Amino acid sequence: MTEPEIYQALTTIFRDVFLRDDLDLRPELSAKDVPDWDSFKQIEIIIAVEENFGIKFRTREMDSLNNVGDLARLVASKT
Amino acid sequence: MIELYWLPKVEPWRERLRRLGDTGEALWDEAVALAGARIDAVQTNALDTMVHRAVREAPAALTDKPVRLAMLGSATMAHLHPAIRVAGLRRRLWVETYENDYGQYWQELSDPASGLHCFKPTAILLALDAHHLAAGISAASSRADVDAALADTCERIRTCWRLARDNFRCLVIQQLALPVHPPLLGSNEHRLAGSRASYIARLNAELRRVADTDGVALLALDARAARDGLMAWHNPELWHRAKQEVTPAAAPMYGELVMRLVAAERGRSYKALVFDLDNTIWGGVVGDDGVEGLVLGPGSPLGEAFADFQHYARELSRRGVILAACSKNDEKNALEPFDRHPEMVLKRSDIASFVANWSDKPANLRAVAEDLNIGLDALVFVDDNPFERELVRRELPMVAVPEISEDPAFYAQTLADAGYFEAVAITDEDRARAGQYQGNRQRAELKASATDLGSYLRGLDMRLLWRRFDRVGLNRTVQLINKTNQFNLTTRRYTEADVVGVMQDEQAFGVQLRLVDRFGDNGIIAIVIGRMQGEGDLLIDTWLMSCRVLGRQVEPTTLNLVAAMAKRLDARRLIGEYIPSAKNGMVRDHYARLGFGEIDGSGNATRHALDLAGFAARDTFVEIEEEKGQ
Repeated sequence: MTEPEIYQALTTIFRDVFLRDDLDLRPELSAKDVPDWDSFKQIEIIIAVEENFGIKFRTREMDSLNNVGDLARLVASKT
Repeated sequence: MIELYWLPKVEPWRERLRRLGDTGEALWDEAVALAGARIDAVQTNALDTMVHRAVREAPAALTDKPVRLAMLGSATMAHLHPAIRVAGLRRRLWVETYENDYGQYWQELSDPASGLHCFKPTAILLALDAHHLAAGISAASSRADVDAALADTCERIRTCWRLARDNFRCLVIQQLALPVHPPLLGSNEHRLAGSRASYIARLNAELRRVADTDGVALLALDARAARDGLMAWHNPELWHRAKQEVTPAAAPMYGELVMRLVAAERGRSYKALVFDLDNTIWGGVVGDDGVEGLVLGPGSPLGEAFADFQHYARELSRRGVILAACSKNDEKNALEPFDRHPEMVLKRSDIASFVANWSDKPANLRAVAEDLNIGLDALVFVDDNPFERELVRRELPMVAVPEISEDPAFYAQTLADAGYFEAVAITDEDRARAGQYQGNRQRAELKASATDLGSYLRGLDMRLLWRRFDRVGLNRTVQLINKTNQFNLTTRRYTEADVVGVMQDEQAFGVQLRLVDRFGDNGIIAIVIGRMQGEGDLLIDTWLMSCRVLGRQVEPTTLNLVAAMAKRLDARRLIGEYIPSAKNGMVRDHYARLGFGEIDGSGNATRHALDLAGFAARDTFVEIEEEKGQ
């Protein structure tokens, strides 16, 4: 999967999770930039990403995620 | 991820969700439609958010009382609330949810000043997680210690049930624990008393036993985990991360399971399974292939699968689900396999309503509902043809139409997973239902042969047996109160607790009426609740009747009974109310027909009075007797 394809899929997921169609994903975007992005929403994102890409994250991998760029790179490494 | 795979895809779901807030008066119907789609956890949460942005409280047009569900537990449950509310929406129920402060379930049940008491729940779900329940159990524990802990935990849970019952008089649901603990021995795990895995299995078994005694409904997550696999329900990573015992991915199914129980308690489960014939209960098209050409029974895997599905349908009918057939066929062709095919499991007599013609399926489903005297919203329709399914969904959105696999081997499993016929208990009524519908046909035949109505009615040898509300009939009473729409003067919905309240009120009476005739027992067919109000007035709070006994003089006979009971409470007048609803137009003139005079009204509702001093019992062909307790 190419990076733009991954970003496009992630954008859809984020827009559905936060119900905000104006959300544009940049690599540096992180929880502090989006209201409501709390630990529960984080889990919801992870579950949706796992389902969407057919992959599984490990505990250490989830702990290492600091922003959208980290997430996109992790997805790329598994697809 | 557990999918709600029997629900249809609704397109364009995403866009319709975004526009939900702009749908105005259609908002509730649109929200129900979106909830009825095959949606995942993210979509479920999004729908819940959008609905709550647009609507703050229960829409006024709903006839069903809102559900106030309190979850009590010690793990994280916040991620489960939206799915429970959306599962309610799927059933046209408005659901408010509550959960106790972290781990404080015991205190909240006992403390009258707690948030739980302020919430005033109509249902309590005790959702204790497996880690909490097995706390202190270790492989080092002696068998005696483990046995004592088991007895103690069980007693503690039963005390919670009693507190919930005594304080709130509401539905109590106990969640059985997920088998999250990895085994220590293996296949013979049960031989190690202190294994937490075997301890949880024993606890679940014990809770099943005592829940029967205590009248508590069970949410059997352990059974679901056995079907779906533990990983579909529990992710140890998320347990460690957020103390979520049920993974958020399983939340939509969790909400479904919870709301099925709540709906079942309200008498809102589906009642009838209507199936197409060709390629649904047998392979092939009988009109083209002939009876000899049908694929059914031993000889081919496909034939076995169809026979197996028929078998499942027959088992459903034996526990009280009504069966009906709805097929595009010449009736003669459609009936032939029932008469001649040796491998047919279903017999003609198993099917309460049989419609085979060339009209469209929505029209025929209406005919089936009318024939059975039940609402369209009590029908589940199974058809292998996606076109017919979609047509029925569009024309009759209240009928449940599962998406079924092209392979009949999975039909039965799909119906089971969809949980349409969820029941918390089996009543004698349920067991007898199939026979009742057969009796209906014999009655219709007699009616056709009798020359005038009077001689027909006399020939029926009808007896109306009445009994005050009691524990034995409670399930059926509540079911009727919440399910009867047409012959229902006031459409007041009551819970079990409300009915128990009537039983205890000396200035009120509640009676259940059973009609027996020479063809059999029609079961409980009417409910009346009367209550003294002011000086000498007896208000008929509720009068409802099953439409299948219309035209049999049950109404005037019931009036005789009501008058007698009112006199016993020293009433001088009967006051009858009619509150119009979308469905009860048929009883608009009910009281006028019985000789009541209209006295006043407010809004669309009218009130009618009948003086008891001059009342003479109506002459009918129905004998009336008190039914002795069982």
